[in-house]
Amino acid sequence: MKEKVLSLMVAGVFMLGLGSGVHAETLELLTWKGYAPKSLVEKFEKETGITVKTTFSNNEEMIAKLRATRGAGFDLAQPSQDRISSVQEKFNIYQPIDYTKIDATLIVPSMLEAVKKNTMVDGKSYGVPHVYGTSGLIVNKKVAPDAADYAALLDPKYEGRVSYRLKRPTLIAMAFAEGKDPFALYNDAEAYTALMESIGQKLIDAKGLVKTYWTNGDALLQSMRSGEVNVAMAWDNGGWKLNAENPDIDFIAPKSGALGWIDTFAIPAKAKNVDAAYKWINFMMQPENAAVFTNAEKYGTASAGAIEFYDEAVKANFQRSFSQADVDNIKWYPPVPAKLEAIEGKILDKVKAAQ
Amino acid sequence: MKTLAEAKSKLPLFIFLTPILLWLILLIVLPHLDLLRMSFRIENDYGDMVWSVNNYLEFFREPIYWLTFTRTALYAIIVTFLTLCISLPVAFYITKVAPPKFKGFLSLLLLMPFWVSELVRIYGWMILLRESGVVNHFLLRWGVLRQPVEMLYNDVAMTMGLVYTSMLFMVVPLLSVLDSLDDSLIEAAFDLGSSMITIVWKIIIPHAMPGIASGSIVVFMLSLGNYLTPNLMGGKNSLWFTEQIYNQFIASFNWNQGSAFGFLLLIISSLIIFVGLKLTKQKLSGVIQ
Repeated sequence: MKEKVLSLMVAGVFMLGLGSGVHAETLELLTWKGYAPKSLVEKFEKETGITVKTTFSNNEEMIAKLRATRGAGFDLAQPSQDRISSVQEKFNIYQPIDYTKIDATLIVPSMLEAVKKNTMVDGKSYGVPHVYGTSGLIVNKKVAPDAADYAALLDPKYEGRVSYRLKRPTLIAMAFAEGKDPFALYNDAEAYTALMESIGQKLIDAKGLVKTYWTNGDALLQSMRSGEVNVAMAWDNGGWKLNAENPDIDFIAPKSGALGWIDTFAIPAKAKNVDAAYKWINFMMQPENAAVFTNAEKYGTASAGAIEFYDEAVKANFQRSFSQADVDNIKWYPPVPAKLEAIEGKILDKVKAAQ
Repeated sequence: MKTLAEAKSKLPLFIFLTPILLWLILLIVLPHLDLLRMSFRIENDYGDMVWSVNNYLEFFREPIYWLTFTRTALYAIIVTFLTLCISLPVAFYITKVAPPKFKGFLSLLLLMPFWVSELVRIYGWMILLRESGVVNHFLLRWGVLRQPVEMLYNDVAMTMGLVYTSMLFMVVPLLSVLDSLDDSLIEAAFDLGSSMITIVWKIIIPHAMPGIASGSIVVFMLSLGNYLTPNLMGGKNSLWFTEQIYNQFIASFNWNQGSAFGFLLLIISSLIIFVGLKLTKQKLSGVIQ
């Protein structure tokens, strides 16, 4: 009798599990905060009947999560284009994109080509461009009118009012501010280490000026709103969001070049619902949908034709912050070779530990 | 026949034990074995994985790693001591001084902050302490300060956050040991003319020692393994050892180094607790009761 009850219970549990699997088709999306606006998720669910489950993350954690499961657990991820090829070579966590399933007319051709080239491993490409943007300075111009380059982050004038992330873009930006080109040293590990160590030392020397190393974008915006931070290195969209609330604060393309990134769609190796992933990509790249995203989040999109649907304010943002010279000067990240992360990681640890 | 009966009588035991065993083996033992294996592997110059103790040696070779660990351990000890200093009077008040009918209510008050997650509690502290925060606002309004002061992002704020987070885990074991302390011992000591300090030192602390030890172990381990509080409240100066493990796994993609650090944390913190137990002449078996 006991066994019977037990086996019934076990069967019940299994049926519950199966039942929930059969009913709704789901898309497990591993993405950045803000990349799947609620209105678009609802529209997609209505059109396709597929439920979207989002997990918010960043480049490093995305890689770690997919590496832990060898590419299972998610149907679609959104790593930056420069962080795909070396990771794919080493850990084999993505599957090649079938570009025939993507409506190429929806995507800006030059971006699609660039991403295909940069995410290529053994003749196959692993990414589709989605969002692009830059890292530069967000400045409160009323308090810090002369902050025009990354060097302002090390300027004693702004003591206690400076904030940046303790991540690799900061090191790279500082190198550009010194007139060096870190991207040219990507394949010379020794020279790159030497350069990064000298940058690390600079950050340690200027540590007293820093309010805090920010990790959460919303928290940084809050500090800038309240005037606790006046000069920060951050993403362009944050500066534009603040500009809408307070015209004194704006994003500035630094003199030595804003750092340009493209976030992509990449399909994990063991994705369960690949069809839904392609559906989501094509859906997000539709001009009207891409414009909804850009109008809300202020990031640029790789969707061709979305610009027609942009709010005026969004168009104005870009023109205000980027002259043609600034656009030409954007430093686009080339693919990161393996092992550089370990070099940078140790230097960043040293900066954080320094008193 | 007998064996069948025996097997039958053991069946319920197996049924109840299986989930715990599965839990222990699948979720704790197996992953740890894999981590242990990983911690002894390194990538050589040709990109192949080979066996080595290099990951462990790296900890002692690179000052930043063992210095961070020393700092973390020292702060965890300070936090444990401060938590004890605050919790002992609180526990004494609840068990001996407060009217019996309020005891439950007071314990509930202690428990209340734990109804929300640690993250929310820490953000609460951040709203209070930040430069444009609540405390500064009132200090400015009352004229105590002329300029707002940054109270966040330093070691004092971090220590306070950790003490706050771990207080409950010290008070609860203290409540149970102090409950068993006979009031007449304290009364007799007073009658014989001893001072408050002597009573605390000679009667209360010796009696509460098992509770103090078990509370201290829990608080020490929680503080040492904490990640959120040092990171959010300590800000730019508070590299905690757990963060270094996280960095190895996430930022540097070096899981092997990260797992070696994880095991070092486990081994060294166990050693510290062992030394602590020896110094206070406690036995682990007595403490965990």
